Amino acid sequence: MPEPDPAAVVSLESVSVSYAGRAALRDVTAAFLPGATGLLGPNGAGKSTLLKSLLGFLVPDTGRMTVLGLDVARSALAIRSRIGYMPEIDGHIPGMNAVAFVAYCGQLAGLPAADAMQRAHEVLYYVGLGEARYRNVETYSTGMKQRIKLAQALVHDPDLLFLDEPTNGMDPKGRDEMLELIADLAHEKHVNLILSSHLLPDVEQTCDRVVVLDKGAVATQGPIETLKGTRRQVFELRIKGDRTAFAAVLAASGFECHQADEDVMRVFVPDEQGARALFAMASRERVQVRHLQPSVPTLEDVFAKAVGEE
Amino acid sequence: MPIHDQSYRRYTGRREEPGKAWLVIARNGILTILRKRLFIGLLILAWIPFVVGAVTIYINANYPQFTLLAMTAQRFRGFLSQQDFFVFVITVWVGAGLIANDKRANALQLYLSKPLTRLEYVIGKLAILSAFLLMVTWVPAILLLALQVAFSGSFSFLRQNVYLFPAVTVYSCLQVMVSAFTILALSSMSKSGRYVAILFAGAWFFSHAVYGVIYAVTGSTGFSWVSLPGNLNEVGDIIFHVQHRYSTSPAVSLLAIVVVIAVSIWVLNRRVRGVEVVQ
Repeated sequence: MPEPDPAAVVSLESVSVSYAGRAALRDVTAAFLPGATGLLGPNGAGKSTLLKSLLGFLVPDTGRMTVLGLDVARSALAIRSRIGYMPEIDGHIPGMNAVAFVAYCGQLAGLPAADAMQRAHEVLYYVGLGEARYRNVETYSTGMKQRIKLAQALVHDPDLLFLDEPTNGMDPKGRDEMLELIADLAHEKHVNLILSSHLLPDVEQTCDRVVVLDKGAVATQGPIETLKGTRRQVFELRIKGDRTAFAAVLAASGFECHQADEDVMRVFVPDEQGARALFAMASRERVQVRHLQPSVPTLEDVFAKAVGEE
Repeated sequence: MPIHDQSYRRYTGRREEPGKAWLVIARNGILTILRKRLFIGLLILAWIPFVVGAVTIYINANYPQFTLLAMTAQRFRGFLSQQDFFVFVITVWVGAGLIANDKRANALQLYLSKPLTRLEYVIGKLAILSAFLLMVTWVPAILLLALQVAFSGSFSFLRQNVYLFPAVTVYSCLQVMVSAFTILALSSMSKSGRYVAILFAGAWFFSHAVYGVIYAVTGSTGFSWVSLPGNLNEVGDIIFHVQHRYSTSPAVSLLAIVVVIAVSIWVLNRRVRGVEVVQ
């Protein structure tokens, strides 16, 4: 079994997890380096399972996991004292107002009562709940519940944050604010974080690196800019004719191509060639080009390629 | 320039070592319950038998002609039997929602994402209920014993009944353990505290009712082991050296109690998890 990457805040080596009788993670080997890393994948890809395994909620069938240099199987408590977890589903301690809830979470994480209360006030202001901190959490809106989940994960000042779908159910303004908070934590406050999401723009806006999961296995991983392949040109192409056949011709010529919209293809052209190559090919195949627009590589392209979407 | 930076700051203060989170859970739970005035009323009501007992001891000590009121081991056994009602009510009131409410609010994953184990979580919850149950059983019984010694002016009563202190302690702990483990196990199986309360009351009374039916049919008290309160009574009678009320072997009753506690622990181990696996 390979040794874990010493620079990684989280590393997994050949981890397989069965959950409710089915394989949720299959031989996953991944390294999450310091900074903000997106954990991408369609629903059911195994993102939440991976986070829950790192927390020690699920025991892997095989493999080894380390978090902040500590073995999850042997040092779960020490790890949990240094991480903050924002779960996907709503959760709170019944009958408490926000400040009491967050302070209570701080105490559970090992902070003295007075410090926990002071930190609770501070993080509630930070996440934008300062004015609502004496309200019972059960009366909060969906957006506020997302914020308080972030507050309880932050109160003990973790070295590493696990954020599971942090923008779920939020309105556009709230979502933007949440992403700003996450970006601020990662880039200004230097809190390492793993952001699990199926929303590509969320990850692209906040993270430097990405691990893409598909059907319980790692589809691709690395720095977002590298994965995007900035050495290539991208064109949005709409044609009149047999799209499937033309896509096959493009692929055979070494042009990466995938469907972006109903009738729009995104075609990746190597740097040394350009739009002329596309026109030439279209002419040869007697296909009419109706729309050709230069674009830029996006995380969506990385994702589509990784999970094999055509 | 802002007077106070309301941005996120790193924490550099002291941190407790893992292993004390159960105290946080227990303290918070106890304080939450004590904020309910109606519950304080119940606690006061539960101490009325103690007041009566204390007055009895006082009269007996100062007016020797009232021999009927003399304290005996049987009176201590009777006192704890009287408290059974309050044990039941407090168990249902405090215990039913202890885990069920956390499950309803998805709080278990929050608890268990902190540096505390499932065992610590359960111990914290047990401590909340146990504190209130001991407050109406062991504490007043031991205080009565202390008052008896204080008013009689000698240790002769204690010397003659040297087993009383351990008897009160063991029986109170047994009472608390059976009630607390049973209701916590039931509480971990549901998201509704009311449903848990009904289940517990059902288990408590139904098991005794089944025994009642068997007794009516067979005329034998040898089947008291099917009754939860029956088993506690049987073991309690042995602990306090008083006349047995059932013909069931005390070993069988004790075994039934151990089985109930073991099954409760097994259920808690299965149900208190950060992830609920739905097959």
